[in-house]
Amino acid sequence: MHIAEGFLPPAHAVAWGVASAPFVVHGVRSLTREVREHPESTLLLGASGAFTFVLSALKLPSVTGSCSHPTGTGLGAILFRPPIMAVLGTITLLFQALLLAHGGLTTLGANVFSMAIVGPWAGYAIYKLLRRYDVPLMVAVFFGAFFADLSTYCVTSVQLALAFPDPSSGFLGALGKFGSIFAVTQIPLAVSEGLLTVLVMRLLVQSSKGELTRLGVLLTKKQSATETEAVAR
Amino acid sequence: MSKNTKINILLLLVVAALAVLPLALGLGDHKEEPFTGSDGEAETAITEIKPDYEPWFSPLYEPPSGEIESALFSLQAALGAGVLAYYFGLHRGRRQGEQRALAQRETEAAPDESPAERA
Repeated sequence: MHIAEGFLPPAHAVAWGVASAPFVVHGVRSLTREVREHPESTLLLGASGAFTFVLSALKLPSVTGSCSHPTGTGLGAILFRPPIMAVLGTITLLFQALLLAHGGLTTLGANVFSMAIVGPWAGYAIYKLLRRYDVPLMVAVFFGAFFADLSTYCVTSVQLALAFPDPSSGFLGALGKFGSIFAVTQIPLAVSEGLLTVLVMRLLVQSSKGELTRLGVLLTKKQSATETEAVAR
Repeated sequence: MSKNTKINILLLLVVAALAVLPLALGLGDHKEEPFTGSDGEAETAITEIKPDYEPWFSPLYEPPSGEIESALFSLQAALGAGVLAYYFGLHRGRRQGEQRALAQRETEAAPDESPAERA
């Protein structure tokens, strides 16, 4: 999903930058507030960022015969809500743009928009929706991470199709072209990302029950009623 | 091995299988260069749609070779994996320490059964 340096026309680059900036600023505020009010969550915040670091460095082969990488943004979005992932995702993208020539500064706005904003929000929305209908935690986590990953690549396809509509078939033709490069390749990788996120969440449930309860991940209303009973006894 | 560990290992195996299968089944064979990055393919598609497009900005720093680039990618993954391992190791140690302290207190409190010590 990394649009390479200089590969978006200036007007598009600026527009995506302007669109992303408020999300990142809001995210920085949420992050500082979280750290100030709950210093104990700093470690888990670090772990969420680290998960994005690992997954976005893993380029995996896919069914289309090309390679791509997961994003790792679903986990943090589920744990800390999406605004915080806007910051952690931006840090990852900056690292890659500056040191790896992967992505770029002129395309940072567009890449932040797909990976650090739309991805986390889409994943979080799916996760919340499934939880509301009492879908088991791990199933909701899987689909949250799956859609955070896949939606990121769909946004990249739209961004490129907007900037480079096909001369004969227009925006939709280009969308089909970029979509087949990005979105189709990404489906099995999104499954992998979903499974890895479930794995980490399982380990978190084992190791950090208190933290997950505070963040509202572990208990739905019904369960919390029976939990408080259990604690009272 | 506990049921929990088995499920975790199974999850890892499925992820590994998903990564290996495209290679094992030769799904890249129809391509001139199999298993290139999709980001690069998008660049090619852009130049197909708009042959005269020139990137108007180039990266400030570019790894001088593929080796250096893969080293930096490994560094990124290693940093992330290190932090994750620290997190889980720390919590495992904390839990074990708590359990040990609890067990110790119970054995100390057990002989004389004084209610003050229990509290």
